[in-house]
Amino acid sequence: MNNLILSNSFRFISLVLLQVLILNHINLFGYLNPLVYISWVFLFPIRKNKSLFLITSFLLGLSIDFFSDSGGINAAAILFIAFFRLSILKAILRKSDFDYLLFNLRSLSIDKIFLYIATLTIMHHFIVFSLEYFSFNAFITVLKTTFFTSVFTIILSILGIFLFTKKK
Amino acid sequence: MQQLIYFIKKFRYFLLFVLLEILALIFTINHHSYHTSKFINSANFITGGIYNKMTSLNEFFILKTENKLLIEENIQLKNLLSKQGINAPKENYYVNDTLKYFQQYEYSEAKIINNNFTKINNYLTINKGSEQGIEKDFGIINSTGIIGVISNVSSNFSTVLSILNENSKINIRLKNSYHFGTLVWNGKNYNVLQITDIPRQAIIKIGDSIITGGKSAIFPEGINVGVITDFKLENNQYKEINISLFNDMSALGYVQVVKNLKKSEQKNLEQETTNE
Repeated sequence: MNNLILSNSFRFISLVLLQVLILNHINLFGYLNPLVYISWVFLFPIRKNKSLFLITSFLLGLSIDFFSDSGGINAAAILFIAFFRLSILKAILRKSDFDYLLFNLRSLSIDKIFLYIATLTIMHHFIVFSLEYFSFNAFITVLKTTFFTSVFTIILSILGIFLFTKKK
Repeated sequence: MQQLIYFIKKFRYFLLFVLLEILALIFTINHHSYHTSKFINSANFITGGIYNKMTSLNEFFILKTENKLLIEENIQLKNLLSKQGINAPKENYYVNDTLKYFQQYEYSEAKIINNNFTKINNYLTINKGSEQGIEKDFGIINSTGIIGVISNVSSNFSTVLSILNENSKINIRLKNSYHFGTLVWNGKNYNVLQITDIPRQAIIKIGDSIITGGKSAIFPEGINVGVITDFKLENNQYKEINISLFNDMSALGYVQVVKNLKKSEQKNLEQETTNE
């Protein structure tokens, strides 16, 4: 249990630093910055009690907002996907109830992992960019940016998850 | 009462979610409506400190370009100085000790420790704050052009509303005439900005230089901004005047903070005049 708290705190801090010091300055093709910090939501252990998960996700988003001067955009978006994570996972696995404690993302098949990560990423990015542009006139731009940034984020997070987590 | 408690218990995660989401949206809307966010900004001890550490590491790699810029500015200033010598007649030339009395602008140096140019609303962070005499609405320039206006100040750091921001509006004018307009950004290319409100009487050509207008009490008059690259003429009105910046907004290092010493005097006078 203690080990779990330690490793999650470590992950929290390293995701914030990775995002604000490196990934926010990549600017691929001039404007694409992957938002890999949402791997927090993919990897956080699934429990019946969700309050800790919701609060830490909110704080993670808020820390990113502090660094990038963006109001509460990232906090709102990551909180949204944090709340809907379990329902999406259940829909993808087609199970109404599963063993929370033994759940491990790496034990799923690759297409399920991809579907899970892609759905959450696209939801998150759409909220982030809608709130950032904050106008209906920019709808096409929002969709375009959402799509390209999502592709970039999905590739990086899947690679990251396969490199840095253990398969039991 | 029992039912209320049961209701809260049943929907406690949903209620927590809604509560936090509303909090985040309040921050977002605050940010969009006041142009500066009161709580969520990178001008604080932790974020400023981390950016500062990171910049001192990066600084090593930009020394070469910084030096080149300094030399260019030196040459420009020396040229200006040598022109002064010719223009000023000897008999009228005197040294005034009470320089401060007539001085309107004061410059100090600062360093950009966080630079953004890809979003639609970009903010920068500099390593000086209220303890170094920085206040809200001071201008930020460098040797090649203007960069932005201070928006939030903490004791040792400040955030800057970049000219690459939807809320930034800066008074500019043509170099060869006194027609003035407003510098805005459409959020597309970080090197191309737009000018609005140019009166149709103004004659503009591609390649005309744009300088600051000096009407806003933030920037002194005559700082270089950029050149006109293209424009459209519809119904005798200028539309979509694009300018390309002299400044490379993607590579900013050391900058100068401009303090207008007579700002409050000007503002008070203008306030009184409109109140009458």
